[in-house]
Amino acid sequence: MSKTLIRGAKVLGGAPQDVLIDGETIEAVGNGLAAEGAEIVEADGKVLLPGLVDLHTHLREPGREDSETVLTGTRAAASGGFTAVFAMANTFPVADTAGVVEQVWRLGREHGYCDVQPIGAVTVGLEGRNLAELGAMHESAAGVTVFSDDGKCVHDAVIMRRALEYVKAFGGVVAQHAQEPRLTEGAQMNEGVVSAELGLGGWPAVAEESIIARDVLLAEHVGSRVHICHLSTAGSVEIVRWAKSRGIDVTAEVTPHHLLLTDELVRTYNPVYKVNPPLRTERDVTALREALADGTIDIVATDHAPHPHEDKDCEWAAAAMGMVGLETALSVVQQTMVDTGLLDWAGVADRMSFTPARIGRAAGHGRPVSAGEPANLTLVDTAYRGQVDPAGFASRSRNTPYEGRELPGRVTHTWLRGKATLVDGKLA
Amino acid sequence: MQRHLISAADLTRDDAVLILDTAEEMARVADRPIKKLPTLRGRTVVNLFFEDSTRTRISFEAAEKRLSADVINFSAKGSSVSKGESLKDTAQTLEAMGVDAVVIRHGASGAPYRLATSGWIDAAVVNAGDGTHQHPTQALLDAFTMRRRLVGRDTGLGRDLAGKRITLVGDVLHSRVARSNVDLLHTLGAEVTLVAPPTLLPVGAHSWPCEIAYDLDSALPKSDAVMMLRVQRERMNAAFFPTEREYARRYGLDGDRMAKMPEHAIVMHPGPMVRGMEITAEVADSPRCTAVEQVANGVSIRMAVLYLLLGGAVFDPKTAPDATTAPAAAHPRTEEK
Repeated sequence: MSKTLIRGAKVLGGAPQDVLIDGETIEAVGNGLAAEGAEIVEADGKVLLPGLVDLHTHLREPGREDSETVLTGTRAAASGGFTAVFAMANTFPVADTAGVVEQVWRLGREHGYCDVQPIGAVTVGLEGRNLAELGAMHESAAGVTVFSDDGKCVHDAVIMRRALEYVKAFGGVVAQHAQEPRLTEGAQMNEGVVSAELGLGGWPAVAEESIIARDVLLAEHVGSRVHICHLSTAGSVEIVRWAKSRGIDVTAEVTPHHLLLTDELVRTYNPVYKVNPPLRTERDVTALREALADGTIDIVATDHAPHPHEDKDCEWAAAAMGMVGLETALSVVQQTMVDTGLLDWAGVADRMSFTPARIGRAAGHGRPVSAGEPANLTLVDTAYRGQVDPAGFASRSRNTPYEGRELPGRVTHTWLRGKATLVDGKLA
Repeated sequence: MQRHLISAADLTRDDAVLILDTAEEMARVADRPIKKLPTLRGRTVVNLFFEDSTRTRISFEAAEKRLSADVINFSAKGSSVSKGESLKDTAQTLEAMGVDAVVIRHGASGAPYRLATSGWIDAAVVNAGDGTHQHPTQALLDAFTMRRRLVGRDTGLGRDLAGKRITLVGDVLHSRVARSNVDLLHTLGAEVTLVAPPTLLPVGAHSWPCEIAYDLDSALPKSDAVMMLRVQRERMNAAFFPTEREYARRYGLDGDRMAKMPEHAIVMHPGPMVRGMEITAEVADSPRCTAVEQVANGVSIRMAVLYLLLGGAVFDPKTAPDATTAPAAAHPRTEEK
C-alpha cells in the first residue's frame, strides 16, 4: 500500500507534527516521522483538520443535472476540504424511496471524490402528507439515517410528531426546514426595515422560530432527537438554547452565508443574494456567531444549492433561491469565527467534522487525527488571502455571493481514506 | 443614479425642484394650439409594460409624443416570472432595435433597477412602477400638484414643500405610490403622516422618515393634503381587514370627514379610485379633489423627466444642476417652432 507523509502540519491548529498515512489509515502522528518510499507533503505550518463533513448539500442529481451532478458536486466538495456530504432529498424524482437513495449513494462511491450519504425525504414527494418509507431507506445499501423535506417544512404537527417517533426505531433523525408556510407566502427576503423599503415580500423570523419552538417541544414530548436545518435568526438561537437547557435532544446547523452576509445586500436586487431562509440582519449574524462559538448551534452546514446562470440572471422575484457553498465554506468560517477569535481550529474541526458526522452517523468520518483512524484529512493554508473567482469552481454552478470578495484560507489537500482527492489545490 | 430614474429616494431636493420647475414649463406647452416640442426628435423611447396599466402607459406615451420622440409600445404581460422570455432577453431585443430610453412597468420589485445596473442594456431606464417598490413619476406628479395648490403655480417655482403636512391613507403595505411619496415629500421638506390599519403597514416602516398613525379623524385637521390610496377589495380575503364596510367606516374619506380638514386642504388620489371603499363619490367629485388634475400633471412631469434624462444636457442628479445652469427652463421654448 502507498504511504504519504505529511510533514510539519499543525494538527487541529496545534504544534507542527508529522502525520503518516498508510493505505486508508493514519499510521502514526508524531515528530520526526520517516517512511521510506512515502510521498512527502510539506505542510509547512498549514493546519490539518479531519475531513470536513457537510450535513446539508444539494447535489441535484437525479433531475437537475444542468445545475449539478453527483460528480461535479463531490468534486466541489473535495475542493472545499470535504470527505463526506449528506445529499438532500429534493431531487427529481424525490429521494423518498430506497431506489433513489441507493442510486445517489452508488454514484458517490463510483466517483470517489467524497462519500455521499443520501438524506431521505420525510414525506412522499415532500408533500407533507404521508410518511415516506423511512425504514426501507434506512435498510437500503445507502443506510439512510437523516430524513428531511428540506426546501419544504414538515408543517403538519401530527406528521412531524409521527416522523420523530418513527425514526427512533433505527436511530434516525429528522432534519427540519423550519418555515411556517402560511407566514411565508410570497416571501422574497427577510421581513424588516429593508424589505419595507424594497417592497419585497417579507419572510418573518417568527415563521422560523415558531416551528422550531413547536418541534423542540414535540421532540421532548416523544423523546426523540431533532435537527434544525440552517438556523438563521437570533430568536431561533434563544429557543434552541432554552431547549438544550431543558435537556431536549436538539441539534442545529448554521450556514456560512448566514454567518457573514446580511439583508442589506438585497438592496442591489441581485438574486445571487436570494436564499432560503433569507439573509437576516447584523443582529442575527452576531447571535449566530456567538451561538456557534458557545455550542448552542452545533455545526456549520453549507446548504450548497447550485442553480444555472439563467435562474439568477433575472429579476429578483423570478430568481431561484440558494447559493453554492462547498468551495467557500471553510474560508467563510475562518473569516467569521477563527479570525475573529470566536473559535480555534479545534473548534472548527468540531463544528465542521466531528459533530456533523456524529449527528448523521457517518461511519469513518469525523474521527480524531490519530493513529489507527481512517485517513480522511484536510490541509488548509490559513495564511492565504485571495479573491473568490467562481470561474475556478469545480461545481457546475457559479451562484456564489462571494464573487470578487477577499476571503482567507485555502484548502490545498484533501484525502479520502488515504487517497488524495485534492493536491496543491487541484483535483486529483 | 446618473442616467436613470429608478427611485424617488435617489433624487436630491434640487433635482426634484428642477423636475417640478421643468414640468411647469412643459405644462405651458399643453396650453398652446400645437402641443409639441421637437426636443426628442429622432430619439426612440419604448414603453415596456409587463403589467397592465393603461393610464400610466398613456400618460408616458402622451409625454413622449409631445417631445416628438418615436414611441414603441411593448406590452409583455407575463414576463419571465411566468416563464416566458426573460426580462434580459426582452430588453436586449428592444435595445438592438435602437432604443434610447426604456420606460418600464413591472410586477417584480427591483426589475427596473436590475435593468439599469446589470449591464444588460445601455439605454436610460425610467421606472414606471415596480411591484410594491417605487413609482417615482407618480410621486413627482403628486408633489407637483401639491406645490401648485398649496404654494402656487408661479410663486412655487424654485421652491419645495417645506412645512406642508401631508397625510397618506390606506394600503401602504402594497403601495409603491406610498413609498415613493414618503421619500420624495421628505426630501422636499414636507411632514408626512401615514394612516392605515396596522395590517396594511409594512413591518419596518417605523424606520421611514414619517409619522405613523392609526386614527384618521385626528390626522385630518392637521393636514394640508390628504392622499387616499386605493384599497383592493380582495385584501379582505387575506384578513387585512374584516369587511369593506368596516374599512370604509374607519379609513374611508366621506363628506363629514372632509369637513374636518382645513379650508385650504386638498384631497388627492393616484387612481384608479374605488368609490365607496376608500373615498365616497361626494369627496371624489368635489372641487377639493385633485384626482383629474393629477392625471394632467402626470403628462407634464413625464415630459420633464424624459427631457432631463434624454434632452440636450445630460441630467446628472449627483452633480445637481440648479435652475440657472440647467437648460430646462429656457430651452424647451427656444427650440419650439
